[in-house]
Amino acid sequence: MDTSSNDKVMKVENLKMYFPITRGLLRRKVGEIKAVDDISFEINKNETLGLVGESGCGKTTTGRCILRLYEPTSGSIIFSGNDISKMPERKLKNFRRNMGTIFQDPYGSLNPRQSAGGIVGDPLLVHQMATKRDVKDKVAELFRIVGLDPDMMDRVPHEFSGGQRQRIGIARALACSPSLIICDEPISALDVSIQAQIINLLEELQEKLALTYLFIAHDLAVVQHISDRVGVMYLGRIMEIAESGELYENPLHPYTKALLSAIPIPDPVAEKTRTRIVLKGEVPSPVNPPPGCHFHPRCQLAIPECSQARPPLRDVGSGHYVACIRV
Amino acid sequence: MALLDVQDLQTYFHTEYGLVKAADKVSFHVNQGEIIGLVGESGCGKSVSILSIMRLIPSPPGETVGGKVIFEGKDLLKFEANGPQMRAIRGSKLTMIFQEPMTSLNPVLTISRQLTETLELHLDMDKHSARERAIELLRMVGVPDAARRVDDYPHQFSGGMRQRVMIAIALSCNPTIIFADEPTTAVDVTTQAQLLELMKDLVTRLDTSLVIVTHNLGVVARYAQRIYVMYAGRIIESGLSENIFNHPRHPYTVGLLNSVPKLGERHGTRKLIPIYGLPPNLINMPTTCAFLPRCTEKIGKCEKEPWPELRAVDKDHYISCYVDIKGK
Repeated sequence: MDTSSNDKVMKVENLKMYFPITRGLLRRKVGEIKAVDDISFEINKNETLGLVGESGCGKTTTGRCILRLYEPTSGSIIFSGNDISKMPERKLKNFRRNMGTIFQDPYGSLNPRQSAGGIVGDPLLVHQMATKRDVKDKVAELFRIVGLDPDMMDRVPHEFSGGQRQRIGIARALACSPSLIICDEPISALDVSIQAQIINLLEELQEKLALTYLFIAHDLAVVQHISDRVGVMYLGRIMEIAESGELYENPLHPYTKALLSAIPIPDPVAEKTRTRIVLKGEVPSPVNPPPGCHFHPRCQLAIPECSQARPPLRDVGSGHYVACIRV
Repeated sequence: MALLDVQDLQTYFHTEYGLVKAADKVSFHVNQGEIIGLVGESGCGKSVSILSIMRLIPSPPGETVGGKVIFEGKDLLKFEANGPQMRAIRGSKLTMIFQEPMTSLNPVLTISRQLTETLELHLDMDKHSARERAIELLRMVGVPDAARRVDDYPHQFSGGMRQRVMIAIALSCNPTIIFADEPTTAVDVTTQAQLLELMKDLVTRLDTSLVIVTHNLGVVARYAQRIYVMYAGRIIESGLSENIFNHPRHPYTVGLLNSVPKLGERHGTRKLIPIYGLPPNLINMPTTCAFLPRCTEKIGKCEKEPWPELRAVDKDHYISCYVDIKGK
């Protein structure tokens, strides 16, 4: 994959997504949850950008803002020349065909009463990319692409295994030939031995169909495997973003270091020589995040300045960005 | 001698679709102060084995039909599941930490009540000293401001803190063995690291044995001395942690280790090698090896002979397979 080419498929700038907290009968606004707090990133053509972070860090919200399933509070999301965040509703409906989504839960994201063929065919009919007559052929083709037997088109989701269901979800995401696919934890609900099948399928499809992925997951080993570049999120902000090998070999942000060291690796010999950075305390609430750098109360390198101002995401060379004043 | 010796444990479930052999001739032992890992995918029988030992299998539909569970010289399977002998052991000498702390803690009782219940019941403590001990236990597991938080309800605790409370309850009566069933699956990775380090420190200090049940191979690699790998209700490979992870001999274990991405591998350098096919449906299984349809190493004998018993291939290293991958 050529990451040096500069055609950006997507450019997210200063994206903010604040959810109001309301109270009482009049639903008076008493506070805000800053789920995504002013983040910017780009995704290049045919690239996989991974977003990792622990629950509540805003990675899923970012994905949903891009699909405009949420109305972002502010910021812009430029996708092939159009600003999704400001697009009128009418245009948006038509425009969304350029983006596919694969959801985490292959049980909850498929209509249990609709046939697998119907699930995959619906987007084609909605976007008038197929007629009632030829939809069946197109669905059969999609089934073959994701490794499902087209003869199973008339079955309903519960007749499929978890891995097969996720394949149905992938076929649905591919239906309208999108250029960008948002994968939101696509493998975390699957058994270990099935995960590799889906990861490989996603990699093959990317190559074959020239897809661009935004890959959201909490498992850093998986994200690193599939992504060209990885962004690490913490409490609504991007802490560090770098080429995936670089992020592992040369992590700069103290949070990235802690996250990496916390991941257990299935090798007892290697584990013996690894030092584990055990973070103190827990992730603070996004309702009332700490001032300055969000990570400073748990950071070993923190100095008084860390609580004064938000550290900017600065370039430290060769596409490696880090938001920390101590490195 | 082993503290706990499980021999040929068989737990079956009678379902309307047929017989499910959830745990089939499962044998393992736990030594004093040892941490062991029981690994496998969902439905492989790891939780069922632990619940059978604790005599917590709901009957019907479940039934422990065979085997022995020798603990302190007595066979626990001879006791009545809810009889006085079992009740004296369960929750005091043999304790459990469950996966989901929100559903295993009672939401309408304070943390104090849930901790003191076991203390009053098993150790015959009075209310006052049980409360003191509860606060001490919470401190031990790293709950900040324990004296105040002991009166909180579970929903006032975060996921990681709730799991610490579960650990405190499991530790409360100085247990001999703690069974931790997917103890960190519901929490984030940095919290997981905190909890695992905490459990390891505590069991080492108290000389308690710990059995970690998990689907995550990484979790046990760092802590367990010995590993048992399960598939379709049976133990298919067992041995020292270094042997299982660095020199696996059963095709399933080899496949499982090849199918997970390794941290630090550069993007694009290695394609994952998945295990093809699906985990088997446990209803009315064939007598041949359950891994056979997915196995890449099978030989003619595998199709004809029944699923082999565990056999030693090295010192303390056992596999249940006719093929031995070592030569490859």
